[in-house]
Amino acid sequence: MTDDLASSLRPALVLTALFAILLGLVYPLALTGIGQALFPYAANGSLIRDGNQMIGSDLIGQSFTAPGYFHGRPSAAGKGYDAMASSGSNLGPTSKVLAERVKADVAALAPPAGTPVPPDLVTTSASGLDPHISPEAAFFQIQRVAQARKLDDAAVRRLVTGHVEQPLLGFLGEPRINVLALNRALDNMAGKGAHSAP
Amino acid sequence: MTLQGWTLILLFTALTIALAKPMGMWLFALYEGRDTPLHRVLGPVERGFYRLAGIDPAAEQPWRRYALHMLVFQVALALFTYAILRLQAVLPMNPRGLAGFTSDGAMNTAISFTTNTNWQWYSGEVALSNFSQMVGLVIHNFLSAATGIAIAFAMFRGFARRQAGTIGNFWADCTRVTLYLLLPVCVVYTLFLIASGVPQTLAASVDTTTLEGMKQAIALGPVASQEAIKMLGTNGGGFFNANSAHPFENPTALTNLVQMLSIFALGAGLAWCFGKAVGNTRQGWAILAAMMVLFLAGAGITYWQEAAGNPVLHQLGVADGNMEGKDVRFGIAASALFSVITTAASCGAVNAMHDSFTALGGMIPLFNMQLGEIVVGGVGAGIYGFLLFALLAVFIAGLMVGRTPEYVGKKIEAKEVKLAVLAIAVLPLCILGFTALSAVLPQGLAGPLNKGPHGFTEILYAFSSGTGNNGSAFAGLTAGTPFYNGLLSVAMWIGRFFMIVPVLAIAGSLAAKKYTPATAGSFPTTRPLWIGLLVAIILVVGGLTFLPSLALGPIADHLAMVSGQIF
Repeated sequence: MTDDLASSLRPALVLTALFAILLGLVYPLALTGIGQALFPYAANGSLIRDGNQMIGSDLIGQSFTAPGYFHGRPSAAGKGYDAMASSGSNLGPTSKVLAERVKADVAALAPPAGTPVPPDLVTTSASGLDPHISPEAAFFQIQRVAQARKLDDAAVRRLVTGHVEQPLLGFLGEPRINVLALNRALDNMAGKGAHSAP
Repeated sequence: MTLQGWTLILLFTALTIALAKPMGMWLFALYEGRDTPLHRVLGPVERGFYRLAGIDPAAEQPWRRYALHMLVFQVALALFTYAILRLQAVLPMNPRGLAGFTSDGAMNTAISFTTNTNWQWYSGEVALSNFSQMVGLVIHNFLSAATGIAIAFAMFRGFARRQAGTIGNFWADCTRVTLYLLLPVCVVYTLFLIASGVPQTLAASVDTTTLEGMKQAIALGPVASQEAIKMLGTNGGGFFNANSAHPFENPTALTNLVQMLSIFALGAGLAWCFGKAVGNTRQGWAILAAMMVLFLAGAGITYWQEAAGNPVLHQLGVADGNMEGKDVRFGIAASALFSVITTAASCGAVNAMHDSFTALGGMIPLFNMQLGEIVVGGVGAGIYGFLLFALLAVFIAGLMVGRTPEYVGKKIEAKEVKLAVLAIAVLPLCILGFTALSAVLPQGLAGPLNKGPHGFTEILYAFSSGTGNNGSAFAGLTAGTPFYNGLLSVAMWIGRFFMIVPVLAIAGSLAAKKYTPATAGSFPTTRPLWIGLLVAIILVVGGLTFLPSLALGPIADHLAMVSGQIF
């Protein structure tokens, strides 16, 4: 037994060191090099520039509160869409905190009587950084956005419909709309700053 | 539930079954120590490692030596990561100046990653430098997976060898699996992930200004290389707090499908490899069939419950299924499916927050872990755990007809059954014992975020996850305290190695036996009757042990939910 123990020490220590170099340094660093060379946009976080301004990532949701923008989902990441602190709410199905939060959000949306609220519009996502909303959640907001921007409902609806991404091969993923992309298109159509109009 | 959702679940099942043989053949070549095409490239690396470490890969080991060398290696690896986490502040690649971990936090994380659990009490993007992620954690993601497969190989040799005193060489098994399987697959997998949008950079973060003029800092890092082995090795420890729900870890529905498949790929391959090793691939297919029955039942229940939604929210005018804690690009079907896969295997990666599932939707992941994560299971751990239940099943079948049971050519006697029960008994002891303790002590009761039965479920889930080496969480639980860090460290260590050592003892005992050819009186272990018996034994053992605790947690929670009672 003591012999066995002694004979295990050198392999254990040397392999720990060798594998640390191979798997901890060579493997990630080599792939960083290859990834940066082949896919520089994706490898650096799919960042979007507008002139000199870095305005976010195509994959990461951001907070929208102005009436002239489409709003994303409620977020539990930090104080909302904190991309340094991804998180869900972790509230369970029988949580009073959850029920009260949803109740307040539904009231703020003020749905016409008898219209159910699309679930993604009043629930927090798993990541807190969900870049998407469902098409239903976007349609639900058309009137508010059109009014704030003094646009025709139908024009906004056309823009929304054009931004719906369908599931891959018809069943992989869900129909969805990238909120940042939609709002940029809205700015392009109506001019930036229009969103601050009452 | 939709047709689209069921198409995904059934397609996933079919793809898993289709992967079993190709992955199994690859694994079988490594099990036998045969050369693969990759040996031409990586052979010099393997031989160089052996020379520097003083290893003779042809030196066969009896089970005691195999177990001891395995344990010494695990302790060395755990201490290595403990040191890195404690010293984080003075190590390189730490532009944000993050502090080192506390002693209890570092111990918990070192043990968590050594045992293939990847339970995370911290948030990756908040607490860890890129150096700690790469060097401190990724090494375990490979080697804990390789260790699991090595133990499975040792057990296969126990069944396959006749009157033998040895079960292989641990160092050679571990090194070969890492070099010729895990590493090459991960290189290709990483490139696929980067192309799909997963970042791979040494930058820690980038500052942006949103359309509304707010500052948004976005955490980055070498995510893709860690993500690949996190899934393939059923580790599950995320680069970011939100794990595979984070758009940078799992950006599209396609990456989501590939991630789900890579959780099951090696486990399914090992089932086939077992059949091949004992000379009858139908033995492996029978095991995989029993696994798939249990898997589909679980996936069906969780999908049904999540699609049905939460009556409490319906009352408030919210439509449809439960979207709290789920991302839109995955939706309900792919989130429910992922949760069942990750807990059927001992992966623990999540693409939705299990804590926010409906009561019964969240009970299935919990129950999967309590069964021992043998439904495909973790790499290696799934198949050797499943074989323990197979021994129990032939033993019970033998009792019914009054003859000594045998399984794949080996007589199963009192010694093996005692060891199997010893290994299986670890689960209830740690899960129920530690949950009970936490439910009465003030330090334990300080943990849960949710009140009522759901709070109890958060504690039960934590110890089921820790003991089962899963790593997923009902993440509302505040687990980063000395109390939980300490208890969960013990649970993870016991759950891993108090299972592995009896498994190796069984392997040693079986290897020494002579071959017993099947006769007309032998119970055939390739037929539907056998598959049914296996499923029944697994459910009866799991049900009898854990049903009372489930009644206090998720079942009570469900009754409250449907009657609209909130806490």
